[in-house]
Amino acid sequence: MDLTISIVTGFMVLGAIYAIHARDLLSSVIACAIVGYSLVICFLLLKAPDLAIVQIVVDTVTLIIMVAVVINSSREEPYTKFDTQGYITAITGILVIVILLYFFAVSSQTLDVLGKSSLRMAKYYIEGAAQKTGSANLVTGVVFDFRGYDTMGEAVVLVTAVLGVLTILRLKGKK
Amino acid sequence: MKGMTIIVKKTTQLIAGMVFMYGIYVIVHGHLTPGGGFAGGVVIAGSLILVTLAYGGDFLKLVKEETRTTIVESFATILVIMIAVSGFLFGMKIFFNNFLPKGIVGHLVSAGVLPLYNIFVGIEVAASIFIIFLSLMIFKEESPK
Amino acid sequence: MIAYIMCFVLFMVGLYGVITRRNLIKIAVSMSIMEISTFLFFALVGYIDGGVAPIVDPADPVKVYVDPLPQALVLTAIVIGLATTAMLMAIIIRLYHKYGTFDIREIKKLRG
Repeated sequence: MDLTISIVTGFMVLGAIYAIHARDLLSSVIACAIVGYSLVICFLLLKAPDLAIVQIVVDTVTLIIMVAVVINSSREEPYTKFDTQGYITAITGILVIVILLYFFAVSSQTLDVLGKSSLRMAKYYIEGAAQKTGSANLVTGVVFDFRGYDTMGEAVVLVTAVLGVLTILRLKGKK
Repeated sequence: MKGMTIIVKKTTQLIAGMVFMYGIYVIVHGHLTPGGGFAGGVVIAGSLILVTLAYGGDFLKLVKEETRTTIVESFATILVIMIAVSGFLFGMKIFFNNFLPKGIVGHLVSAGVLPLYNIFVGIEVAASIFIIFLSLMIFKEESPK
Repeated sequence: MIAYIMCFVLFMVGLYGVITRRNLIKIAVSMSIMEISTFLFFALVGYIDGGVAPIVDPADPVKVYVDPLPQALVLTAIVIGLATTAMLMAIIIRLYHKYGTFDIREIKKLRG
């Protein structure tokens, strides 16, 4: 399982590298959607069907919105030469990445081997959950019954995002 | 904006209804099979986006649709919070109390308040995503070329 | 262990894209890639060898289920990621119609 997930994630890394270096903006947006669809394969290999359904439809809607923004614009990223600000930005990026890699190497000593996690907190969520909540789907029981505050917070965040989009796009400025 | 050709319109007439019914199935069976409120809500929004794209903005009045959808979304959010608060009235005095009878695991009518939560969260998510899409379409229509 | 490292490499690719790219659409795409790597990491933490999907079947009680707690957290996070990306796209299309370009350095110079 470790090797299979690594191969699919390797394809995702190649797709991501193409997405940030493509000349045409439409190709870049489609490569982002392909990375999202590969995540669906990873979710199905990790035995998470709820997440696979949500990710596939959400990725399709994201692709529609991004294409609606890109399709009528100039669509060509002009090739610009590297000037001093470009060098400073690239060196800062590489420095940040090296520092984060060091901290990741230190903190990955505490991770369990893939597939043998210790289930410290999930024991109390799994045993007797079907009797306590009455639902056969454990993830729905956890989302709506044991952790209902998170769901309420997410509904409020969606309403706030809709209010933000309506304010930005539907109010006319002063003439 | 103009709609699409007649082949797309006929295919949409055949398919959009089935996608809508599939979204309702995923929402209502949220406590038995994978899915639930969020997945089914986005599927329903997908079927509404399909109808809007195939028939175009000249055929459907987009501003009126948007006004009605915002009202539906506000009602659904208020109902979600009211169901959560109504746990205070029955039994233990905690928020998000699952107070209706639990029933037998595996039957359609079971799991207390969970099917009601799934339905209203599904309506709210579908309305939100449809509003975001409609705002983009109205902006592109009204902006000067 | 290699799966965790590849996850982190994907996060680094997205972070490099946010820092060094000049085009607004590329920045939005890179933020989306960073979120995808986070979801994959959460789903990896909760996996158990030989477990099945967390759906209880009353006729056939299985003893080993995959951890449902990270899946519940990622379910909420995916929909919030969609809301964030939609709002970013709304700002980008407004900027394009006002300034006529996607380049952040040109927009910084114009300051209309």
